[in-house]
Amino acid sequence: MKAFAQLFLSLDETNKTNEKVRVIKDYLLSVSDEDKIQMLALFTGRKPKRPINSTQLKEWALELSQIPDWLFRESYEVVGDLAETLSLLLPESENQENKSLSTWIQEINKIRKLNDEFKKSWLLNSLQKMTRQEMFMFFKLLTGGFRVGVSQNLVVKALSEISNLDPATLTHRMMGNWEASTFSYQDLIAKEDGTSDISRPYPFFLAYPIQETSEKQKSVEELESELGKADDWQAEFKWDGIRAQLIKRADEIFIWSRGEELATEKFPELHPFMMYLPNGTVLDGEILAFKNEQPLPFNILQTRIGRKTLSKKILRENPVAFIAYDVMEFYGEDIRSKSQEARRKILEQIQSASPHQDKFRISEIIQTNDWNFLAQERERSRDLLAEGLMLKRKSATYQVGRKRGDWWKWKVDPLSVDAVMIYAQKGHGRRADLYTDYTFAVWDGDKLVPFAKAYSGLTDAEIRKVDHFVKRNTLEKFGPVRTVKAELVFEIGFEGINKSTRHKSGVALRFPRILRWRTDKKMEEADSLETLLQFLK
Amino acid sequence: MAKKPLLEFNQNGIYCAQGDFYIDPWRPVKDAVITHGHSDHAKWGHQKYLAHTLSREILYHRLGQISLETMDYGESRIKNGVKITFYPAGHIPGSAQIKVEYQGEIWVVSGDYKTEDDGICTPFEPVKCHSFISECTFGMPVYKWQPQAEVFKGINEWWQQKQNEGKTSVLAGYSLGKAQRILQNLDLNIGKVFTHGVIHNSNEALIRNGIELNPTTLITVLTTKEELKGNIVICPPSAIGTPWMRKMNPYSFGYCSGWMAIRGAKRRRAADRGFVLSDHADWDGLISAIKATECDTVYLTHGYTASFSRYLSEIGYDAREAKTLYGNEEENEAEEAKGENL
Repeated sequence: MKAFAQLFLSLDETNKTNEKVRVIKDYLLSVSDEDKIQMLALFTGRKPKRPINSTQLKEWALELSQIPDWLFRESYEVVGDLAETLSLLLPESENQENKSLSTWIQEINKIRKLNDEFKKSWLLNSLQKMTRQEMFMFFKLLTGGFRVGVSQNLVVKALSEISNLDPATLTHRMMGNWEASTFSYQDLIAKEDGTSDISRPYPFFLAYPIQETSEKQKSVEELESELGKADDWQAEFKWDGIRAQLIKRADEIFIWSRGEELATEKFPELHPFMMYLPNGTVLDGEILAFKNEQPLPFNILQTRIGRKTLSKKILRENPVAFIAYDVMEFYGEDIRSKSQEARRKILEQIQSASPHQDKFRISEIIQTNDWNFLAQERERSRDLLAEGLMLKRKSATYQVGRKRGDWWKWKVDPLSVDAVMIYAQKGHGRRADLYTDYTFAVWDGDKLVPFAKAYSGLTDAEIRKVDHFVKRNTLEKFGPVRTVKAELVFEIGFEGINKSTRHKSGVALRFPRILRWRTDKKMEEADSLETLLQFLK
Repeated sequence: MAKKPLLEFNQNGIYCAQGDFYIDPWRPVKDAVITHGHSDHAKWGHQKYLAHTLSREILYHRLGQISLETMDYGESRIKNGVKITFYPAGHIPGSAQIKVEYQGEIWVVSGDYKTEDDGICTPFEPVKCHSFISECTFGMPVYKWQPQAEVFKGINEWWQQKQNEGKTSVLAGYSLGKAQRILQNLDLNIGKVFTHGVIHNSNEALIRNGIELNPTTLITVLTTKEELKGNIVICPPSAIGTPWMRKMNPYSFGYCSGWMAIRGAKRRRAADRGFVLSDHADWDGLISAIKATECDTVYLTHGYTASFSRYLSEIGYDAREAKTLYGNEEENEAEEAKGENL
């Protein structure tokens, strides 16, 4: 695993894209094909299943470190990453051996099925043969997400330079249902795509915001000068659901989420219409909670997402529908290079032929050649439970990943209230050991009621100041959370608001974030719960 | 009546009532004894200063014409029956632990310290005492330093590599202590060392004080890009990202600090390289230093005081947190290291 540990270290040591690509290429050119595919699996979020639960892992590993549990927890707060914390606390060993990445992963998969005694002795034994950097990698493999801070684009770029295959092709081949044990490096870089994976989705095409932030409003004139005639654009509402790709091939159906998770079983009410689609059909769209011909707020859909089994009651009370807005494959042919307009015609044809139009809906086009009209329609978004508008160039192909130019999202401005910070907690990763996660409250009479947590929206300099304030104005500590003297006021923006029985304030916000620090306001001037509740109407 | 402690913490600093003097006071007082020249310990405005001989020029440089008396390690002064003796703290040149003794009771104020011999300051020497007033900037077990020889091997390899790539290497470290420690350990066979003005001034002060330093060149308006190419520049962290750095393009930027031990802090700083190099004791260093004093009571002035005092209590010490204003020099360094590019 030394090569893999070195890869990780070298990636950490540079901020330059080209340098990162070079480092990845160096790794790929120096290890076995098994280690190559393992690395690609890990870098695209395909980790071995956890062999040891994290409580046991921590307990056993700490036996080697001789520090008390509370000190471990406080160390974790400082470091902000479990694997890194453990690797820093354990003694580094003298005698090392160098097992390959794939050997380690084989062992991890094997011991998962063994009893605790075996697991423990395997763990302690393994830890005595590694450098600190290897230990860090090892714990990364054994714990939560394997996030490396390297975008898939860079991995694809390196792979593309080695294999002479086009990045879009490689991105596509790396999507879907594979694991290191079911896919080989040679298949991945073969000239002809040899896959038999009928579930494989296409990479999603993602839009950029046309307004970078809500403070950078764009006027109709600015839009026109940037984007040209409104007539060149297909405008639709932007729905607030789960982006999904629906696939029907060889009489089988697959539903993929944007995060490349297979979610077919989570949406049984979509199965009948999908079964009716011609084989070789791939649709792009949004899954929404939908009842009585109306979309429902996102939190209704949320009640279904986390569940293992869907009760009849849930299916009856919170049904879903699919709003289609694109088609990438038709009768088995990849039609992503056709124009938006042409794909739209095909989509309309597929949808109008469906006998299940209550579940298989189509995203309506806002017909106009006037930017002013679109601006007015955008203002209606919130009433329609939409997040704003989508603008798609009629001549655009269906592209890979987030690209500027042809797809734009034009979101509505967020709702906002002024609130007081009352709790703070340290962040993780780049924000470790700094107070960056805050809880905000509004007034209910003379009491402050917490209603939202947010941890983004401040500049670096502001974060430093708030961190400084928190450290000097802590009233109480509850584990990692500090109760802070109520004083600082922030404007909190959010996309939507819903009733909630789970929160003290009685409301749950969608995407809360800090819009700005109101240094001009005293805490008495913060908004009240009443103001917040009025948004519910 | 309970006996008044020999040293106490009041609103001005660490106070000895019997001797009527302060150690590292943060508000103007009559009589100040100074552990070392960093600005959070040596403040402006006291009527009289007592400091180590090697702090003389830096104190004049930073504080102007003060009324200053100096003495060497092992030397003593007596104030109203209270004996004050300096012992090396190993933090930066001139840094002293201050032993305060009265009627058989001994207290030691550590100031800032590290236990590793860095080659430029007199190495840390443990002093037996009843009560020890210690810093604990890095008082968490995740902070464990490598021997400096290994760190500098890494730094010199990095410089060589950047030179091969046709780049200028820029190393950030605070100006008093860290910068000179870096300077004395660079491999001058690779190239020349340039300095930022702030570092240059500290170097000059130390040289006036008789400390020998390797040759450096001050960067001025006349310095050209070509002169810098392939060489190394030492600058304070505050210079990073300022227009002053334009001349160094293309450059690679390394940051020398104990905070670089944590990946998150390193990533936030967006340094090309983080080198874990600190002038403070690490976890093991703090614990071994405290054990070596054979003290019963430990007061912790700055750093992870809450966690560290709890740990010391669990291993049998009477450990207490003391509220002071120290740690700002490091904190500034730390916050700079932590806060940028979040």
